Amino acid sequence: MIPLSAYVALSAILFMTGLVGVLIRRNFIVVLMSVEIMLNAANINLVAFSHYLYSMAGQMAALFIIAVAAAEAAVGLAIIIVVFRGKMATNVDQINILKW
Amino acid sequence: MFDLLVLLIPVFPLLAVLANGLVGSRYSPDVAGRLAFGSVGLSFLCVLGVFISILGNPEPREVIAYSWIFGGTLSINLAFLIDPLTVIMLLVVTGVGFLIHVYSVGYMHGEEGFTRFFTYMNLFMVSMLLLVMGNNYVVLFIGWEGVGLCSYLLIGYYYEKVSAGKAATKAFVVNRIGDAGFLLAIFLIFSHFGTLDYTAVMAKASTLSTEMATAISLCLLVGAIGKSAQLPLYTWLPDAMEGPTPVSALIHAATMVTAGVYMVVRNHVLFDMAPMALATVGIIGGITALFAATIGLVQNDIKRVLAYSTVSQLGYMFLACGVGAYTAAIFHLMTHAFFKALLFLSAGSVIHALSGEQDIRKMGGLHNKIPITHKVFLIGTLAIAGIPPLAGFWSKDEIMAHAFVHGYYHLYLLAAVGAFLTSFYMFRLTYLTFYGSSRVDPHVAHHIHESPSVMTTPLVVLAGLALFGGFLGVPPEHGWFHGFLHEVAAPLGAEAHEVGWGVLFGLMSVAVAIALGGWGLAHYMYAIRPQMANEWAAKSPQVYTTILNKYYVDEFYDCLIVEPCKKLGMLWDWFDRHILDRFVVGIGRGTDISAGAITWVEKYVIYAGLNVVGYSNHLLSWSWRKLQSGMVHHYAAIIVIGLALLIHLVLVWFVGSSAADMSIR
Repeated sequence: MIPLSAYVALSAILFMTGLVGVLIRRNFIVVLMSVEIMLNAANINLVAFSHYLYSMAGQMAALFIIAVAAAEAAVGLAIIIVVFRGKMATNVDQINILKW
Repeated sequence: MFDLLVLLIPVFPLLAVLANGLVGSRYSPDVAGRLAFGSVGLSFLCVLGVFISILGNPEPREVIAYSWIFGGTLSINLAFLIDPLTVIMLLVVTGVGFLIHVYSVGYMHGEEGFTRFFTYMNLFMVSMLLLVMGNNYVVLFIGWEGVGLCSYLLIGYYYEKVSAGKAATKAFVVNRIGDAGFLLAIFLIFSHFGTLDYTAVMAKASTLSTEMATAISLCLLVGAIGKSAQLPLYTWLPDAMEGPTPVSALIHAATMVTAGVYMVVRNHVLFDMAPMALATVGIIGGITALFAATIGLVQNDIKRVLAYSTVSQLGYMFLACGVGAYTAAIFHLMTHAFFKALLFLSAGSVIHALSGEQDIRKMGGLHNKIPITHKVFLIGTLAIAGIPPLAGFWSKDEIMAHAFVHGYYHLYLLAAVGAFLTSFYMFRLTYLTFYGSSRVDPHVAHHIHESPSVMTTPLVVLAGLALFGGFLGVPPEHGWFHGFLHEVAAPLGAEAHEVGWGVLFGLMSVAVAIALGGWGLAHYMYAIRPQMANEWAAKSPQVYTTILNKYYVDEFYDCLIVEPCKKLGMLWDWFDRHILDRFVVGIGRGTDISAGAITWVEKYVIYAGLNVVGYSNHLLSWSWRKLQSGMVHHYAAIIVIGLALLIHLVLVWFVGSSAADMSIR
């Protein structure tokens, strides 16, 4: 039997991978993918604890997160396409007008 | 040992998918091809092992690979049910699949995306194996959607061709309609039985009311119709011929499209409870068998003729299910897999020889130029036309005899006319392709060549199966095949129906006469008087063009469903532009005007006071403003740092220890 701590560790590793990806990668799509990795890290946590606590609530929440993540990916990609059309930008650091 | 063998069956192709899909570009296509057919071959060996074990002890056995979803009373396992029905399907899927994989290595040689092709093919094998092996509806559904996905990917294999992309989308969308029905059926089953395992559902099936059984069966039927290309959802299958020919053979003839038949037979206990649904199955099958055969009469694309014949033969299988001849349905499924895979692959060999030509008006006289292909194609034609003692005769005759003996005379009539047309259009195809004068394009004609042995060997093996495969079901209704499947496919409450040999022989001779009649007419029209077909077409041009255009069903669907959907989209676009946007713009204007008035007040009254405050703020803030760099990364980093600080503070204040202490503990 795989112990709970292994799932939590996997989730933490995935979360950190995603977080570092969001912070250091420049490509829009990679940043979006990193965000998805973070979401899925949260999912693993939920499902692992759901299993550990014998409750379906965590798995239901994970299913909702998957649905929300799908919608988020669609919206995110749409924004990326609009930004690309408007500014011919593919990298996050090309978008820097959000300031004083 | 048995469990391990069963688990290995889908694992081998899965490993090949992972290897070819993830690192396939690192090694040469030859290795990818070998991995692909080798893995399917290993699966086939495992299936043989399972088959031998089942032969000794035909009890259904369940193998649980993984406990997947559980909680409360719900429990869904990734588990396999091994019974005679599954084993027959496994033998067909892996056996024919292996031969087609070997053939594909030759056929796809040198194609762009060779490795991608075999990745999809193996992924298809994995999904198809899950579909036939699963012991509950969820695993069945995963396989069901998996084969749909692979069908989509492989129809659109030549994705730079617009028609291929459209055909792939069409197949996917039309299948969605069926899948929606199938999903509803699964939901109904779950809400009624509280479980999704076949064995549990079948055991409790007798508690169903007739209405509920009818509802479930009809929903299942919608799913089966979509997947198995029956009326009215058959339109995707002929278009699916845009994919490479081995794909047409494997997915759109031998295996995937028969999934609907498998599903009906697997759930026959539910169908037996609902006579109305069962009658619908039979009628849809009978009408499809005849309808598709008529379209097949006039098509000029070699693969499209075969596609319509597939739709028609699937109709026979549904007809068999509808009259309760489940064993005959599976028997025809198996023999059809043999001879239709053979026909498609040899059609592929013809296309290969003619450098991609698919129009039978530009073929003819090929019989001595590609002799092996000619012989095996002829065997396939004889088998599908129902000439004894080839495979197609035994299975088709059994379906028709069963329909006749059990009093379904209207279905018998549909099937008999369909059989005549089948024989006619298949021999028409053979005559136009292989006999008569050559109408081949002179540029193509001088390098016509027989296919390499890697392609002809599978053809010869399949020809052998088409020749002798039917003997598994001889004598009709009492053969080895029937004994093997009796436990799983015998309809509920069917009384033993002993029929005299006289009646059976009579029906057999009628079937043979029908097949020979079709052959004779084709021989007369395309060998003795070749101009006759054109004369007939000229005599009744309206009938001819209607059938040539497939009864305008596609156009009908276009204006009934596709166009209204587009129109609805345009309507909402208009609504958005003209109503919603106007509304928004109106609010904006109003705000603008009132803002103008307020601006004046602000500019000359409030600003004066504010400017004093503002400038002092401005002076104070210049050192902080660098924090807002405009770079998303910086903001994200600030959020992360803030979050970390917050978590730390919460731990210190409320838990009384720092995050560092927690982790040490």
